[in-house]
Amino acid sequence: MGEEKVEVKITIPKSLYDKIKEEADNAGFTDIEEFIRFVLEQLVESGETGEELSPEDEEKVKERLRALGYID
Amino acid sequence: MIPRPHGGRLVNRVLTGKRREALLREAGELPSIEISYERLIDLMDIAYGAFSPLEGFMVQEDYLHVLYDMRLSNDLPWTIPVTLDVDPEEISSVKEGDDLALKYNGEIVAVMRIEEIYGWDKKEYARQVYKTTDKNHPGVAKTYHRKELLVGGEIDLLREPSHPLENRILWPIETRVLFREKKWRTIVAFQTRNVPHRGHEYVQKAALTFTDGLLIHPLIGWKKPGDYRDEVIFAAYEALIKYYYPKDVVVLAGLLMNMNYAGPREAIHHAIVRKNFGATHFIVGRDHAGVGDYYGPYEAWEIFDEFPDLGITPLFIREAFYCKKCGGMVNEKICPHSEEYRVKISGTKIRSMIREGKIPPEYMMRPEVARVILSFKDPFVH
Repeated sequence: MGEEKVEVKITIPKSLYDKIKEEADNAGFTDIEEFIRFVLEQLVESGETGEELSPEDEEKVKERLRALGYID
Repeated sequence: MIPRPHGGRLVNRVLTGKRREALLREAGELPSIEISYERLIDLMDIAYGAFSPLEGFMVQEDYLHVLYDMRLSNDLPWTIPVTLDVDPEEISSVKEGDDLALKYNGEIVAVMRIEEIYGWDKKEYARQVYKTTDKNHPGVAKTYHRKELLVGGEIDLLREPSHPLENRILWPIETRVLFREKKWRTIVAFQTRNVPHRGHEYVQKAALTFTDGLLIHPLIGWKKPGDYRDEVIFAAYEALIKYYYPKDVVVLAGLLMNMNYAGPREAIHHAIVRKNFGATHFIVGRDHAGVGDYYGPYEAWEIFDEFPDLGITPLFIREAFYCKKCGGMVNEKICPHSEEYRVKISGTKIRSMIREGKIPPEYMMRPEVARVILSFKDPFVH
């Protein structure tokens, strides 16, 4: 499960850092790094389903849902 | 927006077609072990992605991280170890790196690549997961009966035994497709192992007021004696939905998963699993997944403070009661009246009335629901 990690150094305005720190504290994150990682993951992942489903497989799923009365 | 699965990708380790046929042939030549019904359920939850991102039974690094930090070794929240226990003599002919066939009732159901074989301390497991070593706790008792070694490694599901309720069970890819078909963007999931009373209905409808859809998700799997049987729970919910819910806002689907009664840890586990099914919100009950007096009434709410990165929003809705003065179902946050006007909805009381063949009062349970339960000769697990 352990994934390789890379270190990234970025420079941001102090005012932005303070805002991020405040948000991280308010949201209950233990440190700012954990918060930034979480926000970036959400941003990068939004719009993708994370499902590997071919059109044929999706049709099979819908067939079962129809057979069980979940969809018309 | 339907959330991405936990860890970003929905795991699918169900083999089909020629790969499955080839591996089934090979598996016949492999050393094998027989697994219990509960481990079969874990196996299916892994294979169908309910336990995403797990690809198999945990290796020691993940096991220890989960036990002590409530996170996988890659830092993702995970609170209940998912492990395969074996006796040393069962696996005397295999070593790490070998393939092992897993059998249920004598039939090969999966192949596992053995990554690691390791020992475990059951008492420490109980202390960490259940917060007690008391063997009267049903989860602790089960832990103490498990075998001496754990085997970790990825699995591939080759075959699944038929289940009497298989047409009631949906897997994560199915609920995700279903929610998209229904064009729901926000879905609240409700975990249950009980027949619905008016308190449950109140909590579900309160949550549904703010979301597009409601997933009523009863657990199908091992339950303790005295719990309602799975088919009774389904029939009771079908009656409730038919008579008291709008048609297009509810999905009732079974979740094949073991119940651990691990209280706060299990509340987090239940939320993660529902995220994998595509839920955006999860109702966390008072003393969620608790048993006896082992956990404080709001411990299962407080633990969520430790997981701001869960990726599913918990909804803490207070327990409902009937207030004679308000004239309806309310909770302590919205009812100003004193105890003398409040009538608690007690699951225990309803259970004993059902046992006596009586229909509980309407403020406790819808009569249509009660009649369906009473139509079963024996509604309880023994």
